[in-house]
Amino acid sequence: MIATDSGLNFSFNRVAAMVRRYWYLLRSSWPRVLDLVYWPTVQMLMWGFLQLYVSQHGGLFVRASGVFIGAVLLWDILFRGQLGFSISFLEEMWSHNLGNLMMSPLRPVEFIAALMIMSIVRLLIGMIPVTLLAVAFFGFNLWSLGFALVAFFVNLILTSWAIGVFVAGLLLRNGMGAESMAWTIMFLFLPLTCVYYPVTVLPHLLQYVAWALPPTYVFEGMRALLIEHVFRADLMVEALAFNVVLFAAASFAFVKLLQSARVQGSLLQAGE
Amino acid sequence: MDAQHGSAVVVERLVKLYKGVPAVDGISFQLAPGSITGLLGGNGAGKTTTIAMIMGLVTPTSGTVAVLGARMPDERYRVLHRMNFESPYVALPMRLTVRQNLSVFAQLYAVADIDARIGELAADLDLIEFLDRPTGKLSAGQKTRVSLAKALLNRPEVLLLDEPTASLDPDTADWVRERLVRYRGTQNATVLLASHNMTEVERLCERVIIMKKGRIEDDDTPQRLLDRYSRETLEEVFLDVARGRGEYREAAQ
Repeated sequence: MIATDSGLNFSFNRVAAMVRRYWYLLRSSWPRVLDLVYWPTVQMLMWGFLQLYVSQHGGLFVRASGVFIGAVLLWDILFRGQLGFSISFLEEMWSHNLGNLMMSPLRPVEFIAALMIMSIVRLLIGMIPVTLLAVAFFGFNLWSLGFALVAFFVNLILTSWAIGVFVAGLLLRNGMGAESMAWTIMFLFLPLTCVYYPVTVLPHLLQYVAWALPPTYVFEGMRALLIEHVFRADLMVEALAFNVVLFAAASFAFVKLLQSARVQGSLLQAGE
Repeated sequence: MDAQHGSAVVVERLVKLYKGVPAVDGISFQLAPGSITGLLGGNGAGKTTTIAMIMGLVTPTSGTVAVLGARMPDERYRVLHRMNFESPYVALPMRLTVRQNLSVFAQLYAVADIDARIGELAADLDLIEFLDRPTGKLSAGQKTRVSLAKALLNRPEVLLLDEPTASLDPDTADWVRERLVRYRGTQNATVLLASHNMTEVERLCERVIIMKKGRIEDDDTPQRLLDRYSRETLEEVFLDVARGRGEYREAAQ
């Protein structure tokens, strides 16, 4: 498609070009592929063995099949989804290629679409082997959750993309000084979204914060499914609604940060 | 082209302030279609900022830039597919092969027959033997040729070059200049070239804009500049301007 007046025009061809660019990079570097699998595997094994130990001494909750392993696998979807998005973006800064892209007809929305696709690709490469190992080691089959897994996945990936879009804006505006945000921002969600414990554990005020974060609904939904064997569709719908708001806010912030980067001239120094 | 002026690039009263300090201070110029213009100036003269505003990477504080009739940066997507640039401040991904890099950018620029265009550029820029080598494994001169190939992929009507031969040996630099002249000749492209290399500007450009502290100090053909400053080389003219001797010499005459 040839560029026209509007910056909003979308070209699947340009998205495909960017996905191809990241795929070339991924397949050229085995440490990058290993990195996708290594840490989720370590996490899953650690929490799996902890669950085995606790289940021999704990109550009903911890004996419920796969609560910890399920939590760590879903957390990895959230965390790795954002990291996959942000690392692909960082690759452009590390290679000083951002100027080439910003000067090309590639629209920001196409760039973001390519980053979303790559976050799913990277997630699948990392998570499929880990979920199979969870079956082999602990008899926990994440795939058996069926439709519930789809609902969990959609909500978690939407949150991860929203955070990824926001971090990309920070990187454009502040350069590599904001790189640490890409690696650590999601850990702010770890205690507040109640990955490993129910929301009721939190102090009363923090519970309001927790319920404003979409992943909280997913982790509560997962516990309802694994402990009470009930799929809470209402929680998934609420999570989706909060995700829409979060994604809109992140997109707005990205546009403003990109505008600010053009005013401050920081796109010229991207990579520093 | 700009309908009103018939120029490929029109810069009017352009100002860029960073925290109140002017990087570009009220410059105006136009580039005729098919011209090669040199933008000369010392470090901090405002050359790179000017080029960045023409590309739409930086928003002006005031004033306007129009490229091929599109106001930058607001209307940049109307014309980005008709422009391209090369700069030592950006690079192509190192792990990708030359062919992969060129094919990704060719797809971004909606180049019609990608393989044929890459083959054509590889032959012209002597890149055939490097096409399947990772870009990061190439020498500085080879990388510059690859960057130039990327800049020419879409047969740009406006080509912006920021120090295109920086860090190249004289032979490779000369070779790159020859290719640029040939490209302008075959495509009637408008080329704006920022450089510190006076020999390069003297050889390539039919017009020279000299910048100092964000302002245009002089703007003319190389020969007229030499005549006006009574100098043998552009380097001497540049030093006169940089050291504030230009007006003195003119007044003395």
